Amino acid sequence: MAMTDQSGTVALNKPAEQQSDDAHGYYTRGENIVDGAAPTGPIKDRWTNHIFDTRLVNPANRRKLDVIIVGTGLAGGAAAATLGEAGYNVKSFCYQDSPRRAHSIAAQGGINGAKNYKEDGDSVFRLFYDTVKGGDYRSRESNVYRLAEVSASIIDQCVAQGVPFAREYGGLLDNRSFGGVQVSRTFYARGQTGQQLLIGAYQALERQVAAGTVSTYTRHEMLEVIMVDGKARGIIARDLSTGEIETHLADAVVLASGGYGNVFFLSTNAMGCNVTATWRAHRKGAYMANPCYTQIHPTCIPVAGEHQSKLTLMSESLRNDGRIWVPKNADDCTKDPREIPEEDRDYYLERIYPAFGNLVPRDIASRQAKNVCDEGRGVGPKVGDFRRGVYLDFSEVIERTGEDKVREKYDNLFDMYERITGENPYEVPMRIYPAVHYVMGGLWVDYDLQSNLPGLFVTGEANFSDHGANRLGASALMQGLSDGYFVLPNTIRGYLADGPFEPVDENHPAVVEARTSVEQRIETFLSINGTRSVDSFHRELGHIMWEFCGMERSEDGLRKAIDMIRELKREFWSNLRVLGSADTLNQALEKAGRVADFIELGELMCIDALNRRESCGGHFRAESQTEEGEALRHDEEFAYVAAWEFGGDEGQPVLHKEDLIYTAIEMKQRSYK
Amino acid sequence: MALSGLIFIGFVLAHMYGNLKAFAGETSFNEYAEHLREIGEPILPYSGLLWILRLGLIAALVVHVTAAVLLWRRAAKARPVQYEMVRRASSSISSRTMRWGGLTILVFLIWHLLNFSIVKINPTGGETNNPYALLVDTFGVWWMTLIYLVAMAALALHLHHGTFSSMQTLGLTGTAKARTRARTAGWVLAVVVAGGYSLVPLGVLLGLIE
Amino acid sequence: MNLTLKIWRQAGAAAKGAMHTYQVDEISEDMSFLEMLDVLNEQLNEQGEEPVAFDHDCREGICGSCDLMINGRPHGPEVTTTCQLHMRSFKDGDTIHVEPWRAEGFPVVKDLIVDRSAFDRIIQAGGYISVNTGAAPDAHATPVPREDAMKAFNVATCIGCGACVAACPNGSASLFLGAKITHLGRLPQGQPERDSRVVSMVAQHDAEGFGGCTNIGECTSACPKEIPLDVISQLNKDLRTAIRHGH
Repeated sequence: MAMTDQSGTVALNKPAEQQSDDAHGYYTRGENIVDGAAPTGPIKDRWTNHIFDTRLVNPANRRKLDVIIVGTGLAGGAAAATLGEAGYNVKSFCYQDSPRRAHSIAAQGGINGAKNYKEDGDSVFRLFYDTVKGGDYRSRESNVYRLAEVSASIIDQCVAQGVPFAREYGGLLDNRSFGGVQVSRTFYARGQTGQQLLIGAYQALERQVAAGTVSTYTRHEMLEVIMVDGKARGIIARDLSTGEIETHLADAVVLASGGYGNVFFLSTNAMGCNVTATWRAHRKGAYMANPCYTQIHPTCIPVAGEHQSKLTLMSESLRNDGRIWVPKNADDCTKDPREIPEEDRDYYLERIYPAFGNLVPRDIASRQAKNVCDEGRGVGPKVGDFRRGVYLDFSEVIERTGEDKVREKYDNLFDMYERITGENPYEVPMRIYPAVHYVMGGLWVDYDLQSNLPGLFVTGEANFSDHGANRLGASALMQGLSDGYFVLPNTIRGYLADGPFEPVDENHPAVVEARTSVEQRIETFLSINGTRSVDSFHRELGHIMWEFCGMERSEDGLRKAIDMIRELKREFWSNLRVLGSADTLNQALEKAGRVADFIELGELMCIDALNRRESCGGHFRAESQTEEGEALRHDEEFAYVAAWEFGGDEGQPVLHKEDLIYTAIEMKQRSYK
Repeated sequence: MALSGLIFIGFVLAHMYGNLKAFAGETSFNEYAEHLREIGEPILPYSGLLWILRLGLIAALVVHVTAAVLLWRRAAKARPVQYEMVRRASSSISSRTMRWGGLTILVFLIWHLLNFSIVKINPTGGETNNPYALLVDTFGVWWMTLIYLVAMAALALHLHHGTFSSMQTLGLTGTAKARTRARTAGWVLAVVVAGGYSLVPLGVLLGLIE
Repeated sequence: MNLTLKIWRQAGAAAKGAMHTYQVDEISEDMSFLEMLDVLNEQLNEQGEEPVAFDHDCREGICGSCDLMINGRPHGPEVTTTCQLHMRSFKDGDTIHVEPWRAEGFPVVKDLIVDRSAFDRIIQAGGYISVNTGAAPDAHATPVPREDAMKAFNVATCIGCGACVAACPNGSASLFLGAKITHLGRLPQGQPERDSRVVSMVAQHDAEGFGGCTNIGECTSACPKEIPLDVISQLNKDLRTAIRHGH
């Protein structure tokens, strides 16, 4: 990593000029978009200067300012707590029965922080550099630098809250290296880091509830955003327990509603994770950025059958000791793996990538697993036409270091595997397969985390901002908390300084329109009275997305997928069956709204993927690979953020491009050979 | 609950010591009974200490029973709708019978006081002013012995869980070791106390005491 | 395998509920318990009967949403969450009873869904360390002995599912309460508020209508995270200390 000129004034790349137009006919072009809040100057001073330049809100005025926050994961919970502490009047919404259950809780690995406690050469700049590089140069450098800069304060904050991070014998915090990074900057709490961080944020949030600054609305789902005179002024939410449709008005709205990985039906997301909050905002004019960027995690427990409802991730750390292989001959795939002799096994990652072996990045490990299974060499139960699984074998390390050593390191993971599959991984090699895990795409936001709709802010996985085309391990927790604790509270005040805004009447036409549209939509779901359940549509959508917009995407496949999704959408609106009523808890009705939005999102994801004729990060286009089959980026064409504007139910999405210009880092093609 | 329970543990141990005097014969036993009344004289009046102890025990009993009733009522209110099916996983019989067992002991206690202390009922219709004779007469009746043995079983169960539970309530079982100790103490007390008390009626029944 | 299910159905909070019997066939032993219920719901939807409502979300045993009383035991026969219970724990021909948690503090919302917001209110009463964002000293400013950190972690694994309450013959939430008291009380950061925390949280626990603890121990064996009974001892100890300090 060569240090470049750090004045922030010398652009190291030119704006992209796209030559190809694969998605021709599926979209229209709009004006380029610029981040109006982007700071300038030396990268290391940008955030400091920006904080100073952002207007302040008089403490006496804060309690007169209402802020709605949708979602109580790390980004939403932390923001609600912090804004509450500052004295704003916060309303916090979540669909779960308690803020503590948001899906941030499931993150296992850890959280990065540029503390350099190990004195191993880490720094803010190195974390910044690793993140931009890991994101395959498709993120904004200012945002990423800020993320790295703030990371150290997150660790301080969490420790003060009582988060029980792992410690060394001297009582100081332990760190590990994670996801193939060469420095140890990951803080962790055994395999439950997300849980511990979320409980920390949740407790801070509940403290503010007790203090009277935050009100929580649990089992509430946001179904519409209210736009008045071009500004986000509230939401329409449904009380999921009673079915009541409620209007909540405010001076600003924050969406911290997480990612949309459940568009694939099977993913490591929680069952309730959905795109509805952000998709409703998208339909009201908020741009959806890079929706095709999805991260597929290589070490998940494979699908066992058609009944499967969700996939379970197992920490990537398993790849440090396990060896990945499949039989050389398809005929051996049904044999007991222990009876397949060494010479008949194909340790394909070690064969193709001798330098990195089993520790190649997530997307490569995932894609190669798909390739060997597509060749018919997958193992485990047949689901559909293929066996979708590869072995992750610990027999060598067990032999070398003893079972106890392995148990010490991985016992909770091995137990989890055994509970789910009924197989003992100490004796039989584990089977793993990639699964959708995280989405880098999300609503477009500026440096202030404000979407193109004034007053609508988006944080955490719900926005697109920091991870580019791929996210580093242990960075999702970092981004959620960075946005929630430190970034949003500092940027939203610039907007709120103009408030309190003129009160909005509940009978304002915009409010009535939003409310009526929600009520009508619910009425429609209940009255279609077809024959198919919501789940069956969701499952079918997931099949399409996984097959054509999953680990490998091709022009033909994507076109086919778009047609299939459009057909599915037609059937959904004519053949859906939702029983029960609207005025009670009705889980099928909740799902109907979510799946309707997923279907529309799925189409946009395919169009985005079709347009981006390059392979970058989590997005692999079959048409863009090197001779050896590796991902090939086209910076000169695609170093931009694709921000999609909703084009109406009958119209086409409108593409706005935001150029990615680097001043602190030079773009390089990655290589793991 | 825990503190009053500990007072009772102290009491049953002391009381058991007195009972076992029965094996030393009539004179020794009756002397002991008389001695209890004379302790502390002349600073305290005759039976003075005994009354202080009795008042203490009565207070402990009031506290213990009141706490039990409150807990019982709270538990009933805390689960107004019962399960159709419940399977207990790990709790001991003793822990689950604290309330009915406690009630059994309370009923027994009333009879016991009527029998030996307040009214002095001799089931054979014999002498009531000689404690030793009263004891021998009482346990000479097989069903009286049975009542006492059943009560001792209830006491054993009550002590088994109660000892551990009081330690736990007082916050003295913070480590695995302390927990094991408290559990063991429960076992030991249950066996020693219930066993010790049962020796006397059994002794009478078997003719060792007459 | 083919199974008979006896499931509690209740149309709403105020409605009267009852056990209903359903038959599900061709259940694979690789299914999770909740996937088996998905199959039932798909079947009910086809037959025109409203699906059974039950709470669930992450389905990987960490969010604490799922909460079923299965054959008389919270989360069923294994030490795990309902979502991590698999059908291989049952046999062909079994009859399975499924009920909601039963507690005054957890009123039924619908079918198998209960309202556990009482737990949030207990946390609001003091289950936190008061530190505003940005006010924290450097993370290494206060070393924490490794043993304390591990002990705190072991009890901080509580997922707030409520199985302890469901299992407790007294309907007490002392294990939940004790886990939080022990987690925060074990760390140096948690000391300044230690006394007030325990007093307020216990008061809130009682106000929510949960029963008193008699140290029976059903809670700890029902806990999917195996939180030990020590935490209740710690809770009592902290309460005693707080009272001694005049709280």
